Amino acid sequence: MKSTAHAFPENVSAALRDPQLNKALAKFKAGFPQRRATAVAALPEFEALRDEGKRIKDHALAHLDLYLEMFEANVVARGGHVHWARTAAEAREIVLKLCRDAGARMVTKGKSMVSEEVGLNTALEAAGLEVVETDLGEYILQIRKEAPSHIIAPALHLSKEQVADDFRRIHTHLPHDRQLTEPADILTEARVLLRDKFLQADVGITGANFLIAETGSTVIVTNEGNGDLTQTLPKTHIVLTSIEKVVPTLEDVSTLLRLLARSATGQEFSTYTTFSTGPRRPGDLDGPEAFHVVLVDNGRSALLGTEMQEVLRCIRCGACMNHCPVYHAVGGHAYGWVYPGPIGAVVDPAILGIKEAGHLPNASTFCGKCESVCPVRIPLPKLMRHWREKEFEANLQPAWMRQGLKTWAWFAKRPALYGAGARVAMAALGLAGRRRGRFGMLPLAGGWTSQRDFPAPQGRTFQDLYASRKGRTHG
Amino acid sequence: MPDAQTAQHTATDATTRPRVGLMVTCLVDLFRPAVGFSAVKLLEDAGCEVVVPRQTCCGQPAWNSGDRADTADLAKLMIQAFEGCDYVVAPSGSCAGMVRKHYPEVFKDDAEWAPKAHRLAQRTYELVSFLTEVRGVSALAARYPGTVTYHDSCSGLRELGVKEQPRRLLRGVEGVKLVEMPDAEVCCGFGGTFCVKYPEISGKMVGDKAAAIMATGADTLLAGDMGCLMNMAGRLKREGSGVKVRHVAEVLAGDLSAPPIGEGQS
Repeated sequence: MKSTAHAFPENVSAALRDPQLNKALAKFKAGFPQRRATAVAALPEFEALRDEGKRIKDHALAHLDLYLEMFEANVVARGGHVHWARTAAEAREIVLKLCRDAGARMVTKGKSMVSEEVGLNTALEAAGLEVVETDLGEYILQIRKEAPSHIIAPALHLSKEQVADDFRRIHTHLPHDRQLTEPADILTEARVLLRDKFLQADVGITGANFLIAETGSTVIVTNEGNGDLTQTLPKTHIVLTSIEKVVPTLEDVSTLLRLLARSATGQEFSTYTTFSTGPRRPGDLDGPEAFHVVLVDNGRSALLGTEMQEVLRCIRCGACMNHCPVYHAVGGHAYGWVYPGPIGAVVDPAILGIKEAGHLPNASTFCGKCESVCPVRIPLPKLMRHWREKEFEANLQPAWMRQGLKTWAWFAKRPALYGAGARVAMAALGLAGRRRGRFGMLPLAGGWTSQRDFPAPQGRTFQDLYASRKGRTHG
Repeated sequence: MPDAQTAQHTATDATTRPRVGLMVTCLVDLFRPAVGFSAVKLLEDAGCEVVVPRQTCCGQPAWNSGDRADTADLAKLMIQAFEGCDYVVAPSGSCAGMVRKHYPEVFKDDAEWAPKAHRLAQRTYELVSFLTEVRGVSALAARYPGTVTYHDSCSGLRELGVKEQPRRLLRGVEGVKLVEMPDAEVCCGFGGTFCVKYPEISGKMVGDKAAAIMATGADTLLAGDMGCLMNMAGRLKREGSGVKVRHVAEVLAGDLSAPPIGEGQS
């Protein structure tokens, strides 16, 4: 996917002027956080589970090489294959080659953010394959030629009326005046259409929420069951996933699963949780003949051993964006790349570079809500701040900001001079604003006054007044 | 800080007169000295000796902008300024949070300053939680006739656990009727430099906040942080709202000498 993260401010302007988006976001922000809160309240040990989730992932990351090799050995022992992709391009080439080797013409896909990250669909389609997204949200986006705006609710920015219009536009073989007013109508139509695709597909591609080292299993969770049909019906199943998803044991996964759905949708468990361990064995009633796992790095291993390593704990639940007031204001597309919200603000610069994605870690008030709901306690504001440090070191921030900050810091480090300057400035500002108590416009404060008035100061500084009232100087 | 240590402080200090350094915060110093005087009154009434060392800013703007060197320089000035104080108290969850939660990280690789930063961090409190938790204040003699709604500023709430303390004290103020706004814990969109770096997002956030405030029918908005207060007051005034905006310390101290934030001298 091509990034527009550098154009974040323009994306924001467009998003804020989109009435449909605003409506969808208002509904979204009222729903997801409430459902999580209810689920968490019903599980007294939830905070302890978060600690345990963090511990499991920290342990796996500290021994990532070991667990990845163990995972590979166990996949191979069960008759599967593991492929290593350092970059997005390598991942695309590997998957394309596997599809060609399987003689594929049609590929069905379960929901996978890693496939968005590496731009898989475009590559497969360019090679002449028919690619069908089978998650309803992703299917809708595919026919609209849009990217997901959320990692688990990819089409949340759309209304059901928009989807109905798209279905009438694309599914021209169906009677135009059919009823598509209810979500159930839309779902039924998609289900019937996709059923054929599942049966025709030569290759099924899914992502993975977790990889289990001790068994060589991959795990996906879905609410639609499309993942199961994607991976069990075609002859070849390719799991496209990333290296930080591995955990040591089945037991670990069951702990993380207890956190995942509650954090994501407020469900106790997703409707379908599917474990894939190798291809079909003799005597199995179904399953693929070939099982491939493509493990993507794409910048992740470079974070190991750095202050950014903690972001690799992420289990992609989406709780951070579900609770983020900035995401609530602008939605996911404004971020300009695959991963939006607080997690995107940390992950995207790691993959795209801080020059391209520099706005994202800056577009946060550091309100801390994301960290407070993260199931694996990723300190997202701290990690965003680390990106700001890297920007500062590389001199990438806008000149006005950097210069303003430097000037302010120069004065603030000289308390006597600062105090004298503050007295003069506040006296002038206080006098000018005395009658009205605020300013509608102020030189150099356009960013403030474009959105709100600027309250006038009282006139004298506290330290000045305090010294004179107490009849004493600073002690 | 471990709970045992807090408890120990409380036990000793209830009977002694601790020396409290007032960390005025740059915004209170520059824009609203009334909050500083309210804090002094509240602390003195709670049996503290208050001192105000010369100070500028805790360094948070530099810290949040990725400027570690200037942050460390400013933090060192603060650490030096408040040496000799039993406690340091700020009428701001954000600035107290900077000292408590972030100063240790600023100096984590600095063997000389790290222990000093830790010592300051452990002694630093947000004003209202200091009054209630360390000084055991449960009732105040103040009076404020009005329907009040309280906004939870993010750093105070999530870094320091300031939530019930101001409400508890406000309920004890004669004449105050406290009503909760929807989404009181949602950020107002100030975020320091955020509000001028991304004015449109900030505007949307503070617009939603202003709507939530007005929906309560309260005549007064209170909070514990000047940045948030200036942001919310500025938006409420821009929208023509008559809601009066004050720092919670002013109401708790019964000091209404200054006009509400963003309003002129009548």
